[in-house]
Order: sequence, then C-alpha cells, then structure tokens
Amino acid sequence: MMTSGTTLLQNDDALQAWTMKLREQFPILNEHVHSKRLVYLDNAATTQKPESVLSAMEGYYRHLNSNIHRGVHFLSEQATEAYEGVREKLRSYINAAATGEIVFVRGTTEAINLVADSFGRAFVKAGDEVLISGMEHHSNIVPWQLLCERTGASLKVAPIDDRGEIIVEEFERLLNKRTRIVGLAHVSNALGTVNPVKHLIDLAHRHDIPVLVDGAQAGPHLRIDVRDLDCDFYALSAHKMYGPTGIGVLYGKQRLLESMPPYQGGGDMIRSVTFEKTVFNDLPYKFEAGTPSIAEGIGFGAALDFLTSLDWRAVSVHEHSLLEKASDALCNIPGVRIIGTAREKAGVVSFVLNDVHPHDIGTILDQEGIAVRTGHHCAQPVMLRYGIPATVRASFAVYNTKEEIEALIRGIYRVKEVFH
Amino acid sequence: MSDLRALYQEIILEHNKNPRNFKKMPEATRMLEGYNPLCGDHYTLYLKIVNDTIVDISFEGSGCAISKASASVMTTLLKGKTKAEAEKMFETFRLLVTGELKDMSFETLGKLGAFAGVSEFPARVKCASLAWHTMHNAIDAKTDVVSTE
Ligand SMILES: Cc1ncc(COP(=O)(O)O)c(C=O)c1O
Repeated sequence: MMTSGTTLLQNDDALQAWTMKLREQFPILNEHVHSKRLVYLDNAATTQKPESVLSAMEGYYRHLNSNIHRGVHFLSEQATEAYEGVREKLRSYINAAATGEIVFVRGTTEAINLVADSFGRAFVKAGDEVLISGMEHHSNIVPWQLLCERTGASLKVAPIDDRGEIIVEEFERLLNKRTRIVGLAHVSNALGTVNPVKHLIDLAHRHDIPVLVDGAQAGPHLRIDVRDLDCDFYALSAHKMYGPTGIGVLYGKQRLLESMPPYQGGGDMIRSVTFEKTVFNDLPYKFEAGTPSIAEGIGFGAALDFLTSLDWRAVSVHEHSLLEKASDALCNIPGVRIIGTAREKAGVVSFVLNDVHPHDIGTILDQEGIAVRTGHHCAQPVMLRYGIPATVRASFAVYNTKEEIEALIRGIYRVKEVFH
Repeated sequence: MSDLRALYQEIILEHNKNPRNFKKMPEATRMLEGYNPLCGDHYTLYLKIVNDTIVDISFEGSGCAISKASASVMTTLLKGKTKAEAEKMFETFRLLVTGELKDMSFETLGKLGAFAGVSEFPARVKCASLAWHTMHNAIDAKTDVVSTE
C-alpha cells in the first residue's frame, strides 16, 4: 500500500499486488455462489466491509455497549468518546470547518429528507422552485416532490444530454430568483457520470442559492472536500464506503443548520423540556433525536480509517483501469450498448444487450457467481430518458480485479449463448 | 449451465422471441395492466369474455424472457376456457413455480411444464406469475393496474 500511484500507473504487476493485498482485508470475497467464486460487481448498491469494520462493531458490542451522551458510568463515557471520535474523523475526512456541521443520519436518503423537511419549512413557500438534475436517484427526487406538494413550490429539472452529462447552460438558465435550493448528485449511480459540482455550485451561489450534493456514489470513489466544493449540504452513506448500513452523514454549513428547525423531536436533541417550552440542543445534536446507531457509527469510523489508509492516486488509477477495461470489452461485444458515456465517469458501467432483458442477464450472471444490479437503479427518469426499461450495471470497488472483469465478459457471452 | 437450461427451456426462449397473441384487442371486454416495479416488467392483458368463457385473449408490453414467455404461453392455454378452468390452471401454475406442486406428472402439465425450472430461481417467480396474476384479477373484474409487489 506504500507504492505510490505514479509507480502503479506504470506497473500492472504492482497494481495487481496492491489489489490482492486489499482483497485480503475483505473476508466475504472468499465466498462461493452457485459453487463459483463470488465476483462482486454490485458495489454501487453497497460495498463489502473490511475485517476492521466488522471487528470494530463486534468490539463495541462485546466491550463498550452502553448508551451515549447520558451515562456517568465508565462504559457510557467510553462509548460516547468513541462515537464522538467518529464525528471528528468525519469532519476531518471531508474537511468540514466544525464537528457541529456533521450530523449523523441513517444514510443519504435520510440526509436529503432532513434538508427537504427542515430547510423546506424554514425557507420554501408557494411559488418557489427547487432545482435538481435529470440523473438523480429517487432519493434526491421524491423528498423534494413531497416538499413541493406540501408548500406549493415547483420542482425544476436540469436536463442531461445523450452522454449522460448535465447540460450546464440549461442548468444555468433554470437558476432564478424563485429557486430556493438545488439538489445534485456528485456521481450518478445509474450512469457513472461525475458531475462538475464545484462549477455548478459556483453558478448557483451567484444567485445566492444553496446547493445540496448527494454524495452517495462519490464517497467510495473520490476524496471529498466540502470546503473546496463550497457545497452547502453534502450527504453520504457509510455502507457505500466500506462501512455498515444504517449510518450516514449530513454535512451542512453551520449558518444554514442554525437557521433550520429540528427534523425529529425526542431525546438528545433538546436542552430542556417543560410542557410549556422546549429548548433545543446545539448543533449537531439539534438534528439527532433518539439513540443513534452507535455500533454502526463506530464501524463507520473504522471504514474511514480504511479509506484514509488508501493511496488515493492508486485508487483512482486502479478504478479507472477497471472501468476502461470493462467499457472497452463490452463495446466489443456485438449488441451491447453502454448507457452513460460521460467524459468523466467513476466506478459504474451500465449497459443493455440487444433485446435481452437485463433481468435475464442478471440471472445468468448470478449462476456464474457474478453479482450485478439489474433494473432501473432507483432512477426511473434516467431509464425514460434513454427509452429503456432497465440496464445491467456493473460497479467497481478498490478490491475488484481485471480477472473479475474478464469473468463478467465471459458471462455476457454465456448470455448470448442462451439467447442465441 | 444445467440449472440455466432448466430455467431457459427452448419453449420459453421461443415464446420470448415470437410471443403469441401479442397484440391489442379493440373488442376486449376486460383490459388490465400488470406491472412488476422491481424489474420493470409491464404488460397489458386483453380478454374477451362471453358467458363466462374466454373467447379471446391477447397481450402486449415488455419485460424479461420469463414474464413474456409466461404471458404468451398463458394466452395459448386459456383461449376457449371458462373462467373457472382458467382459475384452476392459475392455481396449478402458482404451485408449479413455487415448487409446491407435488403429485402431478409433467405430461399432464403440458406446456406449463416448461416453467417447472422457475421454482429453483425464487427471484424469478414474480416474473413468471405476473401475467397469471393479471389474468386472475382481470376476470375478477378489478380494473386497476395489477402489481406483483
Ligand atoms: C446517487 C444515490 N443517491 C442516494 C442513494 C440512497 O442511499 P441510501 O439508500 O444509502 O440512503 C443512493 C443509493 O443507491 C445513490 O446511489
């Protein structure tokens, strides 16, 4: 892991050795499916977890289990310290200014719902507009639709082109004095497009419009720097970043979070309660009602350690070489059409094969031990845009290998055999 | 591969490629959509029912090979059957694809037998059953979109 990205760039063997070393940290990769070695290419749905994450979570339950923020006893203090330590780790990992800007949530979906609900109640009214893009995941569409329904605001959508890139001029044209907030995916889960979010945020800020970035798919592939992006909100799910399910983070600029009302009410989010009046807690606790997913939070911390330990030059070189190898090989199979050919992509290749339905392809690949996602990927508007019901999606993580891409390609030929 | 061949029987592949009764039916007395949100299978089923008998049946739409072949085979089996006979066949089919059909030889199943392999693929049972569920709801005279979810 000490090999630098530059060396790896020039040396296939070094890259291979680096990947094999990483694979050793993921016990599940030794599993067999239908008597075949598991080839896990569904990382955009959720990544596998390294040993360190598994043992951190088990260690918490074995040695530290207790509730946080409320006990004077030893275990509670220790658990609180561990959990709050993760908050600081996250702050540093995404380069937020303060831990008060790091709100623990269940995942990206809850983060977006929190903003749509709370920001919406404070700032969005009838006649206002919410702007998203044409490649959003349902979780960055539906919360805004609900908000619009509730308030009488309207949802505007910046279209994408045939490659699967946001048409920047159209995006810019849709920004106006009625626009209250913008929601954008950093990386598209259905197309793999890496959006130029920094530029788009800058465009929105020229109109003083805050921007929420859905970082669910960026987390595993890119180093995120919220202050460099200057985003107002950023949402992440730990389970797509080698961490556990049930935990994620909402980053929000302090000034904005302070101006927003609480999302849910309950314990932990209050300073004092009488039947007449409740005084809310400080940031970020104002947005964290109830006992959180403590073990998962601690697992998230271990996942962040794993991510921090990676040579990110190497990650980028490796993942791009997988993407390139898969895209090239798929393009060479007669009848395959790749959906999403943006100039900048990360970790995802979506495709269709003649008139063979993706669901059938998924079943046949599964028989070969190959896990891919088939369907609309919670992005039905994207499918509609391309006039297809579904795609097959292979998505990559640091531990995938060129051999696994070759297995995928052999699998597609197997599909062609069955559907001669 | 043997498991796959059990699922993708020649009959299924052939019906997928050349679905029978694959057309609109303007004179239908019942029309119902069947939709599987998980994989996007989406069909419209047309039935012409006279005096409790299915005198004509057709479908159109798109979806995976299993769902399309199942719909196609179903239309060939149900033409001329009474509603009660159709319901009985649906029950047989349901038991077959869920692996619960015990005491029936494959000969008596006829074309339905091609779907026996589905029971080994739990994720595909909904695909195979979509058209049948839609038919069942259609002859019950429900008029909403039928979803297998
Ligand atoms: C782009 C994108 N946004 C949001 C989500 C939702 O994430 P979660 O289900 O972890 O809340 C996903 C997950 O698939 C995603 O890919």
